[in-house]
Amino acid sequence: MCLPAAAATQSNDGESMTLASHYSYWMTILLMITGLYIVVARGNLIKKLIGLGIFQTSVYLIYIAPGKLIGGTAPIVAEGFKIYSNPLPHVLILTAIVVGVATLALGLALVVRIYEEYGSIEEDTILEVERRDEADQEKAGDRS
Amino acid sequence: MLIAVAAPVFGALGVALAHRIPNLREALSFVAAGVTLVCVLMLLPEVLNGGRPEIVLVELLPGAALAFRLEPLGMLFALVAAVLWPISTLYSIGYMRGNDESHQSRFFACFALSIAFTLGIAFSANLLTLFLFYEALTLITYPLVSHHQDDEARRGGRVYLSYLLGTSLTLMLVAVIATWMVAGTVEFTPGGILGSEVSNSSIGILLALFIFGTGKAAVMPFHRWLPAAMVAPTPVSALLHAVAVVKAGVFTVVKVIVYIFGVDRIAGLSSVDWLIFFAGFTIIAASVVALRADNLKRRLAYSTIGQLSYVVLAAAILAPLSMIGAALHIAAHAVGKITLFFAAGAIYTGAHKTKVSELDGIGHRMPFTMIAFTVGAISMIGLPPAVGFISKWYMLQGAVSTEQWNAVAVIAASTLLNAGYFLPIVYRAFFVNAPAGSAEHGEAPWSMVVALCITAALTILLFCFPDVPLALARQMMVV
Amino acid sequence: MILDHLPALQVVVPLLAAPLIVLLRSGRAGWFITTAVSWISFVISILLFIQVQQTGVISYALGSWPPPWGIEYRVDVLSAYVLVLVSGIASVVLPYARASILAEVPSDRHYLLYSMFALFLCGLLGIAITGDAFNVFVFLEVSSLSGYVLIALGRDKRALRASFQYLIMGTIGATLYVIGVGLLYLMTGTLNLADMAERIRAVEETRPVLVALAFITVGLSLKIALFPLHVWLPGAYTFAPSAVAAFMAGTATKVSVYVLLRFVFGVFGVRLVLPDLALLEMLIIFSAVAMVVASLVALFEKDLKRLLAYSSVAQIGYITLGLGIANADGLTASVAHLFNHGVTKAALFMLVGGIVLRLGTSRMDALAGLSRRMPVTCIGVALAGLSLVGAPGTAGFITKWHLVLAALQEGQWWIVVVIAASSLLAAAYVWRFVEIAYLRQPPAGAVTKEEAPLQLLVPAWVLVAACIYFGLDTSFSLGGARDAAAFLLGGVR
Repeated sequence: MCLPAAAATQSNDGESMTLASHYSYWMTILLMITGLYIVVARGNLIKKLIGLGIFQTSVYLIYIAPGKLIGGTAPIVAEGFKIYSNPLPHVLILTAIVVGVATLALGLALVVRIYEEYGSIEEDTILEVERRDEADQEKAGDRS
Repeated sequence: MLIAVAAPVFGALGVALAHRIPNLREALSFVAAGVTLVCVLMLLPEVLNGGRPEIVLVELLPGAALAFRLEPLGMLFALVAAVLWPISTLYSIGYMRGNDESHQSRFFACFALSIAFTLGIAFSANLLTLFLFYEALTLITYPLVSHHQDDEARRGGRVYLSYLLGTSLTLMLVAVIATWMVAGTVEFTPGGILGSEVSNSSIGILLALFIFGTGKAAVMPFHRWLPAAMVAPTPVSALLHAVAVVKAGVFTVVKVIVYIFGVDRIAGLSSVDWLIFFAGFTIIAASVVALRADNLKRRLAYSTIGQLSYVVLAAAILAPLSMIGAALHIAAHAVGKITLFFAAGAIYTGAHKTKVSELDGIGHRMPFTMIAFTVGAISMIGLPPAVGFISKWYMLQGAVSTEQWNAVAVIAASTLLNAGYFLPIVYRAFFVNAPAGSAEHGEAPWSMVVALCITAALTILLFCFPDVPLALARQMMVV
Repeated sequence: MILDHLPALQVVVPLLAAPLIVLLRSGRAGWFITTAVSWISFVISILLFIQVQQTGVISYALGSWPPPWGIEYRVDVLSAYVLVLVSGIASVVLPYARASILAEVPSDRHYLLYSMFALFLCGLLGIAITGDAFNVFVFLEVSSLSGYVLIALGRDKRALRASFQYLIMGTIGATLYVIGVGLLYLMTGTLNLADMAERIRAVEETRPVLVALAFITVGLSLKIALFPLHVWLPGAYTFAPSAVAAFMAGTATKVSVYVLLRFVFGVFGVRLVLPDLALLEMLIIFSAVAMVVASLVALFEKDLKRLLAYSSVAQIGYITLGLGIANADGLTASVAHLFNHGVTKAALFMLVGGIVLRLGTSRMDALAGLSRRMPVTCIGVALAGLSLVGAPGTAGFITKWHLVLAALQEGQWWIVVVIAASSLLAAAYVWRFVEIAYLRQPPAGAVTKEEAPLQLLVPAWVLVAACIYFGLDTSFSLGGARDAAAFLLGGVR
C-alpha cells in the first residue's frame, strides 16, 4: 500500500516539530548545495565528478528519509508486524545508485581519455589547449 | 488553370535539363511561354462572362487551403504576365547572347519559375496562397538579381532580399494572421471580409501592415530594393522589375483593398487617409530622384517606384473610377515600362552606354530603339496615343469625383516631372549630335529590337483597343 | 497477440539489440541490426498511433502488475506522436549512418557505436511511452548515458570535453528532475503519472508541490537546452559524429520537451499552472531571449555545424514559447514544431555530414563555392534552411503561423515582434550559407564536382522532401499536434 509518505514526517501524536527532527532534510540541502558548488567551482574534472556524486547522494536522502515511519518495520507479513516502513523508496534509490555508478564510470572513462588527449585534467588548461588549437586552425585556414 | 501554372514549371525543368544545348533550351522556353499564353487566353472568355473558375489544391491549415480562384483583376495580371513572357524570352535570348552572359540555363530556368509563381499570385484565392507564392517569387528572383555573382551583385542581392523578406516576414505575415484572427477567414471575397465588428482604428493598422508589408509595391520607405535590383541583367529588370515582381506588389495592394477590406467598408474612414499621403509622397519624391539620376536604369527604376505609387494612390482614393484606373495602370505601366527597359538594354548591348549623359545623338544610330523608347516615355507621362493616357484619365476622374484635390495636384505635378526626366532623353537622342569621335555602332541584336518594337506597338494598340483590360477592370468593381 | 504487447515491444526490441551487437562485435552486423530495429520500431509506433486514434488511450501494465502500483506504459495521442517522430527519424538516419560513420569513427569502435545507438533509441522511446515518473528518469538516464558515449566517439578530441560537459550538466538536470519527482511522491504517494494527476488536486497549493514543479522544470530545461541552460548543446552537436548529431538534433531535446509538456499540463494541470505562477511568463521570456540571442550568435558562427547547433537552441525557444503561451494554438505550435523542427534539423545535419565526408571539415570558409562541387547538397540545405526560416510551403511555416496566432490571441504584440525578428535572423544565417556556397569562388585547387555519395544523399533528401511535404499536407503533423494540444488542455486525466 502506498501510504502518503508525508505522514511519516509528522509526529504521530501532535508534538511540535523541532528543527532537529528534520535533520535528514538539512543534510539533504547541505549535500545538494555542496555538490553543486563543487561541480561549478572546481576546475579539476575528477573533483567535478566527486561533486556530482555528492549531489546525487542528496537525492537518495530525500527519498529514503521520509520512507521511514516512526515505529515501522520492514514489510513482513506475519503476526505482530502492523506498521511497515515504505519499501518503495529503497527500490527507487537502488536504481538511482546504479544510474549514479554508471554515470561515474562513464565520467571517469571520459576523464582518462581527456587526459590522454589533452595531457591535463584541469579545465583551465584544457580550455587553453583548445583555444590554441583553434587559433592554429584559423591561421592554417587563412593561409590556404 | 493548373496547366497555366504548371507549364512554366515544366519549362523550367526542361531548360535545366537541356542546359547543354542552347538552341533546344531556348526553344523549350518559347514552347512553355506559348503554352502558358494559350492557357491564359483560354481562360479569358470565361472570366469576361462572369465565370470564376476555381481549384482547391491542398488544405494547408484547417479552413485555409492553397487554392486558385480567378477573378477579373487576377485575369488582367495573368494576361499581362503571360503575354509579356514570350516577348521577354525573345529579348533575353538576344541580350544574353549579345553580352555573352554566363549561367544562361540558370537564368532561363529561374525566369520560367518566376512566371509560374507570378501566375500563382494572380490566380490565388486567398491570402495564404498569395503569401506563399509571393515569398516564392522573392526567393526565385534572387538568383536572377545576383546573376553576375560579383561583389556588386551580392550587395544588390542582399539589399533586395532584406527589404523584401524583411517586410513580408514581419509585416505582411502578421497582417495575414491578424486578418485570419479577426475575420475568421482569409478568402478573397467581393466586398471584403472585415465586417463591422472590426474597429476603424484596427482597420487602419491592418491596412498599414499590408501596405508596408507588401514591399514589392515599393511604397517609401521600403523602396530601396528596386534600385538595388538594377544590378541584374536588363531582361531581369525588364520583366521582373517592370512587370512581374512590382506588379505582384501593387496587385496585392489592390486585391487586398478590394477583396479583403472592401472599397465601401473603408471609403471615408479617417484611419486610412494616411495612405494617400504616403503614396503621393512616394510619387513626388521618386520623380525628383529620377530627375537627377544619370544612370539610365536607375532613372527608370525610380520612375517605376513613382508609377507603382500611382496605382497605390488610385487605389487609396477609393472611387470606383480610380480603382478602374489603378487596375488599368497595372497593364499600362507594364507594357510601357518593359519597352523602356528593353530599350535601355538594347542601348547597353549595342552601344555599351549606361548613362543618360552619354546618349547624345543615339537616335540616329539606333532609330528603332529610340522610337520605341519615345513611345514608352509617352505612356509614362500619360499622353495619347499611348495607353498610359487612359489609365491616368480614369485616375484623374476618380480623384475629381471624390474631390480629392491633393491627389489631383500630385498627379498633375508628377506628370510634369515625368515629362521633365523623359523628354530630355528623347530630345538629346534625336536632336543633338553625337560627340565627335564616338564609336560607330548599329542597332542591338535583331531579337531585342523586334521585342521592343512589339511592346511599343502594344502600348499604342492598347490605347486604340482598350476593351479587354477595361472590361476586366470594370467587372472587378461591379461584382 | 503481438499487438497486445506492442507498447512493451517498442522498448524491448531496441533494448535487446544493444547487448546483442556487443556480443557480435561486428560493425556491419551492428549497423544492420540497428537499422532493422529502428524500422521495426517505426512500424510499431505507427501501429500504436493508429490504435490510439481509433480506441483512445492505451494502457499497458508492464509485467502485468496493475497500475498504479506497477509500472504502466500509457500511450495517448501525444506520446504516439512523439514515438512516431523518434522512430521515424531513426529509420531515416540509420541507413545514412553507415557511410558517414565509416568516415568519421575508427572501425574498431563501430559496433560499440551502434550498440549505444540502439540503447539511445530505446531510452528515447521509453521516455515517450512510459506512464511512471521514476521510469521516465530511468529511461532519461539510459538515453543520456548512451548519448554521452555517442558524442564522445566523434573524431575531434573536443568531442571528449563536449561529452564531459554534457555529462555534468545532463546529470545535474536529471538529478534535479528526480528530486522534483521525489517531492511529488512525498505529497501524492504515487509515481504513476495519471494517478498523480488526480491526487495532486488535494495538495495543489502546498509548498513541496510548487517546489517540485520548480525542480522538474529547471531539471528538464537543462535537458531541453533552454536558454540559459543550453551551454552543452553547441559543443555536443558540433563534435559528435554527423549521424549522431543528426539523430540527436532531431529527437533528444524534443523528447525532454515532451516530458515537460506531460508534467506541466498533464500532471500539474492547467488550473494550477496558469493563474498564479509566473512559470509560464518566465518560460516565455527565456524562450524569447533564446530565439533572438541564439540566432544572433548563429549569424556570426564560423563553423556550419555550430551554426546549426545555435539555430537549434533558437528553434527550441519556439517550442517552449508555444508552451509558455499555453493556449490551444500555442500548444499546437509547440507539439507541431517538435515534429517539424526534428525533421528539418535532422535533414540539415545529415546534409552537413555529407559535406564533412567530402571536405573533411565544416568550417564556413572552406565552403566557398560549394554549389559547384556539391550542387544537390546545397539545394537541400537551402530548402531545409527555408523551413528554419518558416517560409510558406515548408513545415516551419505551419509552426510560425500558429505561434503568431497564439500570441495575437493573447494580445501579446511584443512576442510577435520577437518571432518576426528571429525569423529574419534565421533568414540571415541561412542566407550566409547560400551566399558562401553560391556566390563565392571555390578555393584554388579544389576538387571539381564531387557530390556526396548516394547513401548519404538519399536519406537526407527524404527528410528535406518531408520538410516540404509536411508544409503542404499537414494532416498528420498538424492534426496530431492539434489533438495532442486539445488533450493536454482538456485535462483528460
